[in-house]
Amino acid sequence: MTRLPYDGVVLTAPVSVPYERYTNESAHWWIARALREALKKASVTPQELDGLSVSSFTLAPDTPVGLTQHFGISPRWLDTVPMGGASGVAAMRRAARAVQCGDVDVVACVAGDTNRIDSFRNLLSAFSRFSMDATFPYGFGGPNASFALLQDAYCHTYGATREDFGKIAVSQRANALHNPHAIMKKPLSLAQYMAGRMISDPISLFDCVMPCAGSEAFVMMREEMAVAKGLPYARISATIERTNAFPDDPMQLRGGWVVDIEELWDMAGHGPDAIDVLQTYDDYPVICMMQFEDLGFCAKGEGAEFVRRHDLTIGGGFPHNTSGGQLSVGQAGAAGGYLGLVEAIRQVTCTAGPTQVEGAKRAAVSGFGVINYDRGLCSAAAVIEGVNR
Amino acid sequence: MSDVIANVAEALAEGSARIVDLTHTLDPDFPVIILPPEFGQCARFRMEEVSAYDHRGPAWKWHKLTLNEHTGTHFDAPSHWVSGKDVPNGDVDEIDPSVFVGPVVVIDCSAGAAEDVDFELTPDVILAWEAEHGEIPADAWVLMRTDWSKRSGAQYLNMAEDGPHSPGPTPDAIRLLLERDIRGFGTETVGTDAGQGSHYVPPYPAHYLLHGAGKFGLQCLCNLDQLPAIGALLIAPPLKIKGGTGSPTRVLAMVNT
Amino acid sequence: MTTPLTLPPKKDPQKRTKVPVLPPVARGRAALGLGVMAAQGRFGLQVCSECAAIQYPPRDACVKCMSEDLAWQDVDPTGKVMAETTIRVSPEPYFRERMPWRMGAVQLAVGPTLNCHLHGEIGRGDAVRMALKLDKAGQGVLIALPLKGSDVMQDDPVLRAMSCDPKHRRILISDARAPMALALTQAMLSAGAAHVFLGEPEAWLSWPERAELEGMENVSIMPLDVTDVSSVAKLAAEIGGKVDILINTASYVRVGGIMDNDTSFASNSFEVNALGLMRLAQGFGRAMSGRVQDGINSAAAFVNILSVRALSPDANYGAFGASQAAARSISQSLRAEFQSSGMRMMNVYIGPIEGDAWFQPLPPPKVTPNAIARSVVSGLVDGLEEVTCGDIARDVYARWQADALLLEREMTGGGS
Repeated sequence: MTRLPYDGVVLTAPVSVPYERYTNESAHWWIARALREALKKASVTPQELDGLSVSSFTLAPDTPVGLTQHFGISPRWLDTVPMGGASGVAAMRRAARAVQCGDVDVVACVAGDTNRIDSFRNLLSAFSRFSMDATFPYGFGGPNASFALLQDAYCHTYGATREDFGKIAVSQRANALHNPHAIMKKPLSLAQYMAGRMISDPISLFDCVMPCAGSEAFVMMREEMAVAKGLPYARISATIERTNAFPDDPMQLRGGWVVDIEELWDMAGHGPDAIDVLQTYDDYPVICMMQFEDLGFCAKGEGAEFVRRHDLTIGGGFPHNTSGGQLSVGQAGAAGGYLGLVEAIRQVTCTAGPTQVEGAKRAAVSGFGVINYDRGLCSAAAVIEGVNR
Repeated sequence: MSDVIANVAEALAEGSARIVDLTHTLDPDFPVIILPPEFGQCARFRMEEVSAYDHRGPAWKWHKLTLNEHTGTHFDAPSHWVSGKDVPNGDVDEIDPSVFVGPVVVIDCSAGAAEDVDFELTPDVILAWEAEHGEIPADAWVLMRTDWSKRSGAQYLNMAEDGPHSPGPTPDAIRLLLERDIRGFGTETVGTDAGQGSHYVPPYPAHYLLHGAGKFGLQCLCNLDQLPAIGALLIAPPLKIKGGTGSPTRVLAMVNT
Repeated sequence: MTTPLTLPPKKDPQKRTKVPVLPPVARGRAALGLGVMAAQGRFGLQVCSECAAIQYPPRDACVKCMSEDLAWQDVDPTGKVMAETTIRVSPEPYFRERMPWRMGAVQLAVGPTLNCHLHGEIGRGDAVRMALKLDKAGQGVLIALPLKGSDVMQDDPVLRAMSCDPKHRRILISDARAPMALALTQAMLSAGAAHVFLGEPEAWLSWPERAELEGMENVSIMPLDVTDVSSVAKLAAEIGGKVDILINTASYVRVGGIMDNDTSFASNSFEVNALGLMRLAQGFGRAMSGRVQDGINSAAAFVNILSVRALSPDANYGAFGASQAAARSISQSLRAEFQSSGMRMMNVYIGPIEGDAWFQPLPPPKVTPNAIARSVVSGLVDGLEEVTCGDIARDVYARWQADALLLEREMTGGGS
């Protein structure tokens, strides 16, 4: 069956609450800040808000249900998306259908997490049953070790080098220097990247994100409402998601996008060439490279060569992770799964300010998440297009 | 009578009489008699703390003891042996307490025992003693001094592959003592019988004959070298254990200084 | 690739002894099966009873057909290292103290990919055999081992932490008079033990092997009677700080059932077999628990040699069996108490011993003192918790695992 287009629903009011390395505030506090600012930006009162989608790892013992009473809102549609780095795109595509079908008028999609001293270790320890049973007892390297294995296998199979991953990280840092809210504020050279100490070989210091606290949000509404309120907005051209693809691959050298990628471009009505700006999920550069391949920007195994041939900075020929990405902005838990989408909305609505890519109209966003055991289980991607520029 | 007791007390107080302790310390390492392993064994002395001014009892210390009636320096009642099982009042709780205090004579066999670990107390030895000290009086305790109590550890039981070797009385010696109508017989060794006493007829003559005649035994005594051959008073009251065949006992002697 | 361990120098008295910290201990219920396998030295995973798919990580429903009927079975342990990493940063204190830490992903020949510890002699691309070992948290973990390791492969630090290898360690054998004490002493010294202490109860009784043991180098005979709390305390005060492996060989056996047996024999059985173990634990357990991470010659294990009748009694040895069951129960409680320190509690189940007078009329097969010694050494080297030695013990243990109630009927009702 042919999927319906996302006609009549739009994305607006992208919000990034500046991240902090450590905070004493709760996830509730961070989520409230993003939600409040998004509603304000969208000219929506809390009373008008009838849909809410939340992604967070650190709300316990609460769930988003508890947040409604906490915030004094009465939504008629409530969703929680536990898909980690794929949460942003997944939340968006669920909310879009709910608005489109009239189940709800306005949905605020928000993700946020707190980060206290030692909370990252505790968060990891309780991350999943398989990781508790079968990953963490083996050196407790967390995601660093999981991605180190992935990168080790990837490099061994396809010949990518540390310099290739370094170029991704260095380009994102260059982008981040334009983003006043990035946690990382110093320039990064390839030499510095190469000199970075090993964290979990071959993952080195500048391959890793900085866990921090923060939140991100956007608002989904019907197009006529956005027009009436005079808001800049973006339309959704296409989306895909996939969970637990290729379970029999002994090592994860490809993500779930590969299963659905043709459908993404078919639905978008164009190919990757038409994309002006790409936001990939970047908890490690190797996974960016894998997305270049699996989203169809280059063939499998040619990611390294693709990186060598392209300028990935804001002003370059292939603008990628223009805010600096998680590698330079920081990883605020589930907000990391929103960061690319929120930046993409800013880019295609021409509201990105200092990180704005000149003439950006179409953006591709992809997410990847939940290392349940030895691989990321969730993948998602979307193409969005700005309107009324 | 009260004068006599007052005199005794005064003698002890002024030092013209004194108390000799004939008792070994009850200690987990003190040997007990060894029987063939398929038989029941004599429990060794064991002591475990119940509390020691701690959470188990904040202001007091006390122990739980585990031991046999025949562990350490102890008293044998007639009911200890099969030959004495029908002796009237043969259990420790039934014995007339007056027998726990009485005259004692000491036959010094220490020279013989030093030369021969299997030294036998024979009628000849007894008669020779009587030649010197006069006939053993009726109803007296007779103690066989061997200085064996100065031995310790493996030397004390003196086990060999054919069993223990330690001095003790022959059947005829016991018969002679019974003719004298003694109250009881005591030794420094682990039993009243010789280490090889099982090879006599009857086996273990001291136990068999003495208890069959309603007499008492004392063993694992020490300090017999501090007693005179005659003239001392023995104090050996066993615990009053219902149906008990013996009891660890603090054995004392009162001697003139 | 493995650096041989050398006998450590004497301890620097100014340095604080490392407090034991554990690797991650939390597991889901299904994953506890890994520990059950590891405790016995088996390599096994869940296998679907309906479609035969091999599962990993452990789970509650089949990854291929969603059947909930998953049974733990021995599987082919061979595989290939697909990827490796050297972890240099970890938030977990146990690993932080041991950085860098190598781990990898191994694809088993039979299918699943396993995240696992890597032995130092292997790396990416190598063919390996997987083993399940108990780590310091007492949990079953996977380690990839070389197909054919070097002579000193056991000295690999990761492997050694999962083993209780006697090499360079100091051993206390609680009863020198036990039938297997001499063989155990020889086996421990052959396995590289630095010293063997032997406890001697009732020093006032002679025994035949004393002279031979007395003449051996690095062997000391010390007074110890497990029935005497003061004796245990005295020896613990003397050598408690340097006993790395304690092997309880004290045993009291008498023939006889329940109705016609003597409770004083039974009481002796409990005093030696059950409470003796408890007294040893009270005397030595705390000090050993505190020294589990004290370098090369750290404290490692308590070993209890048990009759397999601890599991299901032979009515002809009723009181003995009861005391063995009690001893096993004490072992298990002790194992739980040791859990927080990483001390291993190893039970070695044996059948009737060749040459032991109390089992003299029983028919063969019997287990020899040498076989017991070999089992203790290999169990320690492999880091096991449950070891069976000899045909009878293996047979009874297997039947008990399969069906304890059926075993009881077989003991009395034949079943031929």
